[in-house]
Amino acid sequence: MTTTNTAKPKRTHSKFRRRLSGFLALGFALLSAGMLYSALAPEPQTAQAQGDPALIRKGEEVYNNTCISCHGENLQGVPDRGPSLNGVGEAAVYFQTSTGRMPAVRQEAQAEKKPPKLSPDEIDALGAYIQANGGGPERPEESGAALQGKDSARGGELFRLNCASCHNFTGRGGALSSGKFGPHLDGVKEDAMYTAMQTGPQNMPKFSDRQLTPEEKKDIIAYVKSVTDGNNNPGGNALGGYGPMPEGLIAWVVGIGALIGVTLWIGAKA
Amino acid sequence: MSAITTPTKPSNAAERAANGSAKWTDDRYHLAGGLRRQMNKVFPTHWSFLLGEIALYSFIVLLLSGTYLALFFDPSMEEVQYQGSFTNLRGIEMSRAYESTLEISFEVRGGLFARQVHHWAALLFMAAIVAHMLRNFFTGSFRRPREVNWVIGVVLFMLGALEGFAGYSLPDDLLSGSGLRIMSGLIMSIPVLGTWTHWLAFGGEYPGTEIIPRLYTLHILLIPGLLLALIAVHVGLVWYQKHTQFPGVRRKESNVVGVRIMPYFALKGGGFTMIVIGVTALMGGLFQINPVWNLGPYNASQVSAATVPDWYMAWTDGLLRIWPAWEVYLGDWMIPSTFVPFMMGLPMLCGLAAVYPWIERRLTKDYAHHNLLQRPRDVPVRTSLGMMAITYFMVTLITAGNDVIADKFHISLNAMVWFGRIGLLVLPPLAYVVTYRICLGLQRADREVLEHGVETGVIKRLPHGEFVEVHQPLGPVDDHGHPVPLAYQGAPVPKRMNKLGSAGAPVPGSLLKPDPAEESVALARAAQEEHAAVESNGEVPRDGAEGNGEVSQQSEDERAGYGARE
Ligand code: HEC
Ligand code: HEC
Ligand code: HEM
Repeated sequence: MTTTNTAKPKRTHSKFRRRLSGFLALGFALLSAGMLYSALAPEPQTAQAQGDPALIRKGEEVYNNTCISCHGENLQGVPDRGPSLNGVGEAAVYFQTSTGRMPAVRQEAQAEKKPPKLSPDEIDALGAYIQANGGGPERPEESGAALQGKDSARGGELFRLNCASCHNFTGRGGALSSGKFGPHLDGVKEDAMYTAMQTGPQNMPKFSDRQLTPEEKKDIIAYVKSVTDGNNNPGGNALGGYGPMPEGLIAWVVGIGALIGVTLWIGAKA
Repeated sequence: MSAITTPTKPSNAAERAANGSAKWTDDRYHLAGGLRRQMNKVFPTHWSFLLGEIALYSFIVLLLSGTYLALFFDPSMEEVQYQGSFTNLRGIEMSRAYESTLEISFEVRGGLFARQVHHWAALLFMAAIVAHMLRNFFTGSFRRPREVNWVIGVVLFMLGALEGFAGYSLPDDLLSGSGLRIMSGLIMSIPVLGTWTHWLAFGGEYPGTEIIPRLYTLHILLIPGLLLALIAVHVGLVWYQKHTQFPGVRRKESNVVGVRIMPYFALKGGGFTMIVIGVTALMGGLFQINPVWNLGPYNASQVSAATVPDWYMAWTDGLLRIWPAWEVYLGDWMIPSTFVPFMMGLPMLCGLAAVYPWIERRLTKDYAHHNLLQRPRDVPVRTSLGMMAITYFMVTLITAGNDVIADKFHISLNAMVWFGRIGLLVLPPLAYVVTYRICLGLQRADREVLEHGVETGVIKRLPHGEFVEVHQPLGPVDDHGHPVPLAYQGAPVPKRMNKLGSAGAPVPGSLLKPDPAEESVALARAAQEEHAAVESNGEVPRDGAEGNGEVSQQSEDERAGYGARE
């Protein structure tokens, strides 16, 4: 600051310095923001590091063999063939592959349920791979019967509120528009039910944990288990469980059929 | 008959008591003469005349099973928390009506059975009414003088449907509540009056707490009372005007050929009642119906796939499903699309059915009295109209189940809707045309037999090489051996040689085993001897028609009151 006589060059010099320091400061700020971000933000790399690299590699292999044609090289999807799988999570992979819906065999209104194509190991590997690339809902800790809650009555109430419009009172299933349908729920495994609710396959809405808490999901599973596979059906043959429609059919075919048979017999005897 | 002229000594105390009380009654009220006349009435035996009886007997089943249910059912809308034996609902809030239905199903002895019998009987009741109605339509029994009974029948159908709807709504489960919700919307769709009517019926906003108690009163008091009264008038009119019959041997406009009420018809009716009760009981035991425990209590925010009314109302649901969403705006008012198919369509279709006798009379100019029925083929226009109506209702019924059908047969629901829309317009006229052709074909086949005789299946080669089939003439032949053409009498014409008895009578016996040969031979010989004896001394009155004593013919004066054609 002793340079009053060299004001001019000094001025330009300081202008340059000020610009330089501005740039430096900006650079530093950006750099530290970036570093802070990389330190704090969740990152695919981190997740990948958490998963078992060998498993993920195996999953990638399975993916490249069976799914890539429709879902694309980097899970980004292929127009008119399959949607992107970024962020669908291992829960979706588990649901789709363990119920045999994926790998899909053709384009149709709705991928049909089939015997699973992939082994449980392959499904785990695929799940790890897809989870590692974009995250998403994960499978619950428990599996099997442990997923059945205690309060099937509450489950029934929630089922009628959230699910019956597509799956019917007791999970008999029902038609949706244009050839799509809510499938019947007989014989569906608890894990598939849980992951179906988590991931909302196709026309089914997603039920995140904020909409239905894990306990509520488990109660629903308990309810579905209690009314499917012929359970809770006193009073004779349930006629498919579709209510008045088959009942009317039976009234005519069996009831009136039998009685008209009798009238014919009486008529013939007279 | 000799029992009446020759007094017999009562052989035991019971008989003496019966005789005594009968005499006591007759001395005071002079019933015997009238009663005898009534008991001598004759009822024709065609099988289709029993369809109305199915309705009558299933109504009896409804009354009995319904009374049992009413002992335990509580139509209250009070909110309760279920703590009964059914785990899947324990702790759930519900109305007392629903809770008591659950109690009937799970706690009351025989309750579930009674519920199921009641509901199956209701479906059978309505089905029998419809089958009976079709029989009356196709045979023209609604013509003068029986138009009033036809109209009563249509009213009975509507009352039955209303009764069923009320019953369906009582348990207050999710299915019945959804039905009521739809009904509430339909009532509101009536222009101007809708909202007021809704308030009147529901006592406020839907669902409120009034409707189920009100429906209960309708269901167990008012409508059954009306039904009972109308059934009495209906059957009374059949009694008074006498039953119609198909044309046939010795059957005329002025008589009735059939079995006497006492004892044959009464026995037959009694047996048939037992069979109807048996069938409803079997169905109630074997087939689950309306499993309310799985439907859950009604909650306005819930609904299930495959929600439909019982079949006798389902056709209205079918119409609603395919009706285009046309809303009509009249200034500030909007008439919703549901108004036309239901609130207008239902009374229109029932009204059309009710006035059909007069429509037909206007068109055919046939104002005569008719006690003889027509074969459907002989009235092709009516028969075709009937088939057209049946097709129409079949399309609407299928449409009411279009979601289940779409799901089960892997058809797009949208395709089912369009099938319903196009089918409703195209199929009924098609049914008309096809039925009309079939009727004409059947008429020609009858005429052919009357002209040429029955085909024997014997092929003969004529000297010049032509092959002809030998026909068995039904009547006399002319000088050349050609049959003289017979006039058609409106009665069935035999078409095969077996109908003429060429194959003999079937061997007597049960369904699986013939009777022993000696027994059959001995019985046949006895019958023949009896016949010969009767012939020779002419004891059996002429009107003991058909020779087996079961078929009697009412004397002409029985009908004299109205019998003559004008
Ligand atoms: C023939 C093409 C095809 C193949 C092969 C295929 N998919 Fe799909 N996939 C689809 C289509 C189309 C959809 C979306 C509609 C559906 O679910 O039917 C889909 C949806 C999915 C979904 C659900 C996405 C979501 O948003 O919830 C998952 C997960 C999935 N596929 C995983 C896989 C896996 C894993 C494989 C390999 C094992 C695979 N798919 C193979 C066509 C295919
Ligand atoms: C909007 C309609 C809709 C609703 C609401 C709905 N689902 Fe679904 N659900 C579907 C459809 C469509 C599928 C078939 C998905 C597929 O094939 O990929 C399905 C499939 C399922 C499956 C798999 C069945 C199988 O055969 O593997 C289960 C389990 C399931 N849903 C349970 C539920 C539950 C529990 C609820 C309520 C919390 C529910 N759904 C709500 C439409 C619905
Ligand atoms: C006087 C005669 C009748 C009485 C006392 C009666 C009584 C009852 C009662 C108390 C209920 C409710 C209990 C329950 O739902 O389980 C009921 C239900 C019902 N009633 Fe009736 N009823 C009579 C006649 C009829 C008739 C004529 C019909 C139909 C044409 C009918 C159709 C129904 C139906 C469909 C139900 C629902 C049954 C169910 O819950 O599954 N009822 N009736």
